[in-house]
Amino acid sequence: MTETMDTATARRSWQTATGWRNLFRDRPIIPLIALLGVLVVVSELVRPGVVSTQWAGVMIRAAIPLSILAACQTLAMLTGGIDLSVGAVASMSGFVVATFVSSPGGWPLGIAVALVAAILAGLLTGIGVGVFRVHPLIMTLGMSFVVLGLANVWQLLRVQTGTGTPEELRWLGSATFLEVLPHSLLVFVPVAVLILLGLRRTGYGRLLYAIGDNPIAARLSGARGWQVLIVLYVISAVLAAFAGFLYSGLTNVASVSLVDSAVLPSVAAAVIGGTSIMGGRGGYGGTIVGALILTVISSLLSSLGYTEAVRQVLFGSIIVVVAAAYTRVTAES
Amino acid sequence: MTASASPIGTVRARPLDAASAWLRRNAWTIGLVGFLAFLLVFTKVIQPRYGVAGIQGLAISVLPLALAAVAQAIVVIAGGIDLSIGSMMALTNVVAASLMKGQSDEFAVVVVIGVLLLGLVVGAVNGMLVVVTRVPDIVVTLAMSFVWAGCALLVLKTPGGAAAPWLKGLVLGSLGNEWIPKAAVALILITFVVWLPVRRSGAGLALYAVGSSPLAAFRSGVSVGRTKIFAYTLTGLFAAVAGLSLTASTGVGTPVPGPYTLQSVAAVVLGGVSLAGGRGGVFGPIVAVVILSLIRTDMTFLNLNTNLATVAQGVILIAVVMVGTLIQIRRNRA
Repeated sequence: MTETMDTATARRSWQTATGWRNLFRDRPIIPLIALLGVLVVVSELVRPGVVSTQWAGVMIRAAIPLSILAACQTLAMLTGGIDLSVGAVASMSGFVVATFVSSPGGWPLGIAVALVAAILAGLLTGIGVGVFRVHPLIMTLGMSFVVLGLANVWQLLRVQTGTGTPEELRWLGSATFLEVLPHSLLVFVPVAVLILLGLRRTGYGRLLYAIGDNPIAARLSGARGWQVLIVLYVISAVLAAFAGFLYSGLTNVASVSLVDSAVLPSVAAAVIGGTSIMGGRGGYGGTIVGALILTVISSLLSSLGYTEAVRQVLFGSIIVVVAAAYTRVTAES
Repeated sequence: MTASASPIGTVRARPLDAASAWLRRNAWTIGLVGFLAFLLVFTKVIQPRYGVAGIQGLAISVLPLALAAVAQAIVVIAGGIDLSIGSMMALTNVVAASLMKGQSDEFAVVVVIGVLLLGLVVGAVNGMLVVVTRVPDIVVTLAMSFVWAGCALLVLKTPGGAAAPWLKGLVLGSLGNEWIPKAAVALILITFVVWLPVRRSGAGLALYAVGSSPLAAFRSGVSVGRTKIFAYTLTGLFAAVAGLSLTASTGVGTPVPGPYTLQSVAAVVLGGVSLAGGRGGVFGPIVAVVILSLIRTDMTFLNLNTNLATVAQGVILIAVVMVGTLIQIRRNRA
């Protein structure tokens, strides 16, 4: 008797465990939002009164450019790739716009030039990865050297013409509506909706998952992998350019290495959001929450008076723990 | 009798075959060395004054990156990748510099040994996390790059510390002939003293086996997890040596990681190590680092914008991998 009871309890506890596992595996966004909620509560507890609508506005404003950069990583990671060129492309875009402020075309011409340059970079990356089968890590790393070098050359050519982030980008990147809603939502909301719907509802979105999950099966079912990859890296470069505009507006800095320090956090946001670097698993919803979590953690730690050092150590540890948890629940399915 | 003995007999009787096999296996590295020789001649032609001072400067400036490339090569051969090398170098660099400041030469010896042990521990932690969590190497080492960089900042907030004079003396200046920079001797000595015994041993064979096919290695009785941890530990050791070389050549500890991580990945690929694992060695990446540095120098001599050197590095990286992949695809079809 006791034996059967033991098995019954064992089975029940095993079932609840699998219940949690399934939830974590199929809807990672729910535990992630819960984690975000906990972090907000902790922020309020350690510094009563800090959480307000303004605070939320500041958090969102800081998380938006990171979320857009992390979108590049999410899309690339779904196909089993990674995009290390986003930092160079984003910095270059913000910088190019700044160099056009005092020229006849003004900032609109600058944005056009930056977008064309970004698309060109993305196109070359896509051709390298899709047609010539260069490993995405190497291809995007090489492209980031190329973009950084050319941006530096551009800097030397334009150094006389005076540079500064245009008023309009500062309005978009750092100003807020009623001190709550950041203007950058104007860029972010359409981008996020397009990506979320695009991944779920369009054939192209399904192709990204298919190629990442099993490239051979995708090819045998008639998917042209190289076309998908070229389009992917062009989209990624355009998104990176948008993120670059927002970063230069947010910080009021135009520099060819402005966004470099955000590349690894953008990968981290996508990983925390539940996108697998092996491809075929994940989505953009989790990535957005992941970017918010990283932003809130940074602000929480700095409000606690911890130094940058402790922040980085915790940052890294959290990524390892979360990634290990994901691997654990997805490996047993 | 002769017929039955021939399989072994032919191998023994023809050293030429062994030599040609060795040549074929190391074709890429030999090509790199040839290209380096060409570049040196080219440099001398465009800048006749390039001589002892140039070689000295070259050797010292490439030392940290060359050691980082060796570190990266080992883990890539074993089928992994370590994105925390730059951070490990920063950590070992600041630990060495802050402990050596104002201390005696004897104490500095203890510090060096301690820092090397630290490198082993840090690398082993990376490896164990990769093996235990089963998270892809790239994610774990990316996360650990934050952790080690944070630790470096905990040790030293701003650049500071000092290097023991004898440590500086190990890499500055020349040995005997003025054409032989100490930095180059140190690099080759350290690399070969550590790497050659490993490569000749069963552990080295296991590294290559796990890198080329973990499943086949497992079925042949190789402990995949232990081999990976060993590879990461060795990488940590070389990252520590690279960190010490930073301390020695700059004389201070800088807590912010340099551009070494991604540069080392580029150097490893250019040096003929396949990112898929199981292929290549450590000598190729070292030569690749020297070549990239020399290209930069040549561009200054030619009055070209040095930023174009960064562009050239990217283009060379992509082109080399592209050609390599095309050859591989063609070979698979044939």
